[in-house]
Amino acid sequence: MSLHKLTLIDLQRKFAAGEVTATEIVRAYSLRISQVEPKVKAFVTQTREAACEQAEALDRKLKGWRKTMPLSGMPLAVKDNICTDGVPTTCSSRMLQNFVPPYDATVISKLRAQDYLLLGKTNLDEFAMGSSTENSAFGPSRNPWNLQCVPGGSSGGSAAAVAAEECVAALGSDTGGSIRQPAAFCGVVGLKPTYGLVSRYGLVAFASSLDQIGPITKNVSDAAFLLGAIAGHDPLDSTSIDRPVPDYLKALQKRDLKRLRVGVPVEFFTEGLDPEVDRTVRSAIEELSHLGAEVKEIRLPRTDAAVAVYYVVATAEASSNLARFDGVKFGFRAKETKDLLDLYIKTRQEGFGPEVKRRIMLGTYVLSAGYYDAYYGKAQAVRTLVCQDFEAAFKEVDVIVTPTTPTPAFKLGEKSEDPLQMYLSDIFTISVNLAGLPAISLPCGFSRAGLPIGLQLIGRAFEEETVLRAAHAYEQSTQWYHQKPILR
Amino acid sequence: MTYETVIGVEVHAQLRTKSKMFCGCATTFGLSANSQTCPVCLGLPGSLPVINRMAVEMAVRAGLALNCTITPNNQFARKNYFYPDLPKGYQISQYESPICQHGWIEIVGAEGTKRVRIRRAHLEEDAGKNVHETGAGGSRVDLNRAGTPLLEIVTEPDMQSADEVVSYLKGLRDILMYLEVCDGNMEEGNFRCEPNLSLRPVGQKEFGTKVELKNINSFKYVKDAVEYEIKRQTKVLRDGGKIYQETRLWNIERGETAVMRSKEEAHDYRYFPDPDLVPLKLESDWIEGFRSSLPELPAVRRKRLQSDYGLSEYICGVLASDKNVLEYFESAAAEMGRFGLTKLEVGKELANCITVDFQGQLNKMTYAPNLTLATTPGTGPVPGPLWVASANLMELVARKIKGEISGPIYKAVLEKMVGTGKTASEIIEAEGLKQVSDEGTLEKVIDEVLGNSPEQVAQFKAGKQQVLGFLVGQVMKASGGKANPGKVNELLKKKLSA
Repeated sequence: MSLHKLTLIDLQRKFAAGEVTATEIVRAYSLRISQVEPKVKAFVTQTREAACEQAEALDRKLKGWRKTMPLSGMPLAVKDNICTDGVPTTCSSRMLQNFVPPYDATVISKLRAQDYLLLGKTNLDEFAMGSSTENSAFGPSRNPWNLQCVPGGSSGGSAAAVAAEECVAALGSDTGGSIRQPAAFCGVVGLKPTYGLVSRYGLVAFASSLDQIGPITKNVSDAAFLLGAIAGHDPLDSTSIDRPVPDYLKALQKRDLKRLRVGVPVEFFTEGLDPEVDRTVRSAIEELSHLGAEVKEIRLPRTDAAVAVYYVVATAEASSNLARFDGVKFGFRAKETKDLLDLYIKTRQEGFGPEVKRRIMLGTYVLSAGYYDAYYGKAQAVRTLVCQDFEAAFKEVDVIVTPTTPTPAFKLGEKSEDPLQMYLSDIFTISVNLAGLPAISLPCGFSRAGLPIGLQLIGRAFEEETVLRAAHAYEQSTQWYHQKPILR
Repeated sequence: MTYETVIGVEVHAQLRTKSKMFCGCATTFGLSANSQTCPVCLGLPGSLPVINRMAVEMAVRAGLALNCTITPNNQFARKNYFYPDLPKGYQISQYESPICQHGWIEIVGAEGTKRVRIRRAHLEEDAGKNVHETGAGGSRVDLNRAGTPLLEIVTEPDMQSADEVVSYLKGLRDILMYLEVCDGNMEEGNFRCEPNLSLRPVGQKEFGTKVELKNINSFKYVKDAVEYEIKRQTKVLRDGGKIYQETRLWNIERGETAVMRSKEEAHDYRYFPDPDLVPLKLESDWIEGFRSSLPELPAVRRKRLQSDYGLSEYICGVLASDKNVLEYFESAAAEMGRFGLTKLEVGKELANCITVDFQGQLNKMTYAPNLTLATTPGTGPVPGPLWVASANLMELVARKIKGEISGPIYKAVLEKMVGTGKTASEIIEAEGLKQVSDEGTLEKVIDEVLGNSPEQVAQFKAGKQQVLGFLVGQVMKASGGKANPGKVNELLKKKLSA
């Protein structure tokens, strides 16, 4: 079996046992990348050569006394909005095209300490703003299942890279669905952790109160495995929570779902939901009940307000977070400017793409004197109501199950002219970020056109174990994840 | 029409923490540009702030000393604006919930003491500095100062004159320096003040239009700028003109204020809670712990000195202007019992010794222009090369008070004590400076002086009493300062009237 077909856990076992060297792993993935990357375009920056050197050094280090750590020698891809010391971190923006961070994000420090291998930085919608990677300044990535389709976004590059087996697993970030939606579109597993579980230090901020880094993997066990490596309190991130990190893999050992109460929110199964997605997700819910789960209908009445709340809160925070890109200290600077104001205006005019500008303007507007209470203040109040919806629901159930997206992957260009339609593709994922909850997307079938469909499982805050256990039980009984796209 | 002036003041006090407000970088002043920076204070993408605990403690202690209520639930907010010295494009500050509110301090105003109310004091981070070079050098940004913790202290409009403003600022600065939360150095910019003032016809309730003054880095300029602005506004109003809401800069060379920006150009700062920082909750036990450990504050201490030691308000002000000097004074005074003296007996001489004579000795030494007694913050007086142990100083002063040594000898001994570690007795012994009271020895010297001054003797005998002082001086001089002046006086009178 070719190395690139292995899951993270299988590859790790082989490497730990000394059956394969790090150099062999990098060579195998390097070959795979050269074969499929021209079609998929998952990467913004490839670091195969550096990975090769690191692999050789690692092999030398392990000669004699073989003591590996969980991610030693594992070839990963990282979304290009997570800072990597010495490796460009562009956020798929012209603004940061030549930006090389002098420091590692905390998640990267953790992986580096375990001698992981970085294969490259993956494409995203500029500054993680979008649902298709079409907002990347460097061109869109493709969906490995159908190259005419988008891979989703904003972590589209990471999801496509995992689906096309250009890496064994990847990191993404999720602000309104940016891990789960592309995972669903690409037929892989994507986990958005509870807000505060994974450090945001070094993640270029889009909306600070919503952003979380999480794993995108081939199956649920791999997600549990990778989550364990990146989770945990970070003194550099005041919003990270100080609590022990459980053994997520251990949580997967229980295979049946007896006594697990699963809620199906009626508001998620209404107009706008693609019939194929509806049918597929409903049969997945049936499968959960076969596994012993107690399925019941629940209500999340503020679901319809979530998108509006999200686009006020997220853009407000973004307008402030992106103020630092002013051409003064780092990144892009416009040429031939008259004075300071001209420098600011031209730099931001030329450095940012249209969607980023749209959101900065929207966010600036909702924070403006005279509008703050009506928009930002109101949105925060409604955000609290959205959280209360979930709190009430979680008194009755342990896990909430929904489709991840209303439709399977759409065609490139299909929605890029209509921002509102694009925003609605995150309608099922957004409320989870507003409430800061953990949620996973995993494959639950295919459309007739052969595109993957994603199932979303949402849990209580810091109950990743429950979410992972339910997802794992479903995955093991259905085995969707064994299906791979054929890249010709 | 007569106008009255209404003045409020904003002070930005740099807190004396070792590290910056939201990162671990040092706050040291005057190092090479951008050497004190990290991803956080450079505002690099992805970096996040972490609140400096020490800055919060200092703000709480300052707030308690300013009689403020401490806010239990604090939220930091972002103040958004673009400027090259502001790396993130926003300043982390406090908006709706300042850490200290509703306080006051007492100042000496035109009609005695009065209270100036403190509206609020909040924590925030400082910006960097833009450096403009002439010619092709262009402009550069130094971010060493970016992220330094500041306490912005805002008063109610409770002051009416430049003197009151200065009195408030001195009082505030004293308190912050006593608490060791601020160095109070106006020239280095760690105590920056911005008065705002308006005029209104006497008797009118509504405030006039307010003007803010900036670029004032000494108490003298505070007084000059406020007085200038009062005159300017009075003239404008008398001439039937209008005051515009604006910020004006004090121009030191020209001695006048000029418009920096008008209200029309004012920013919409779009404040909102910083999502990178969770709300900061302060437990009441924690706050009360600081209240009970507050040191005696300058105003209270000054009053105590006045009554205990019988000192003038002026000399108390001089002593209390530097915490280390004051502690030196009190530790010296604590030794008075050994010499059988009381506070009222030693107060004046000791205070004069420390503030005038000792300071004078130190000023003579080129390498020590000031009475620098402490070198390490927070530890009180520390022996340095110029040190005279407080107990030794008390001994010297006690001998002078008791008349055991004359003024000139006292000065000579003090000079020899500075920096040598020797006691007054040791020097007096070694140098043979012991006072001469032996009548036989003194009479010899007196006879000699009288023999050399027939003119003065004649004048005295003719009734000119003042000549006695001259003759005493001559005797003292002839004895090398060692003669007991009281005895000399007595013997001279006896001889002249004989």
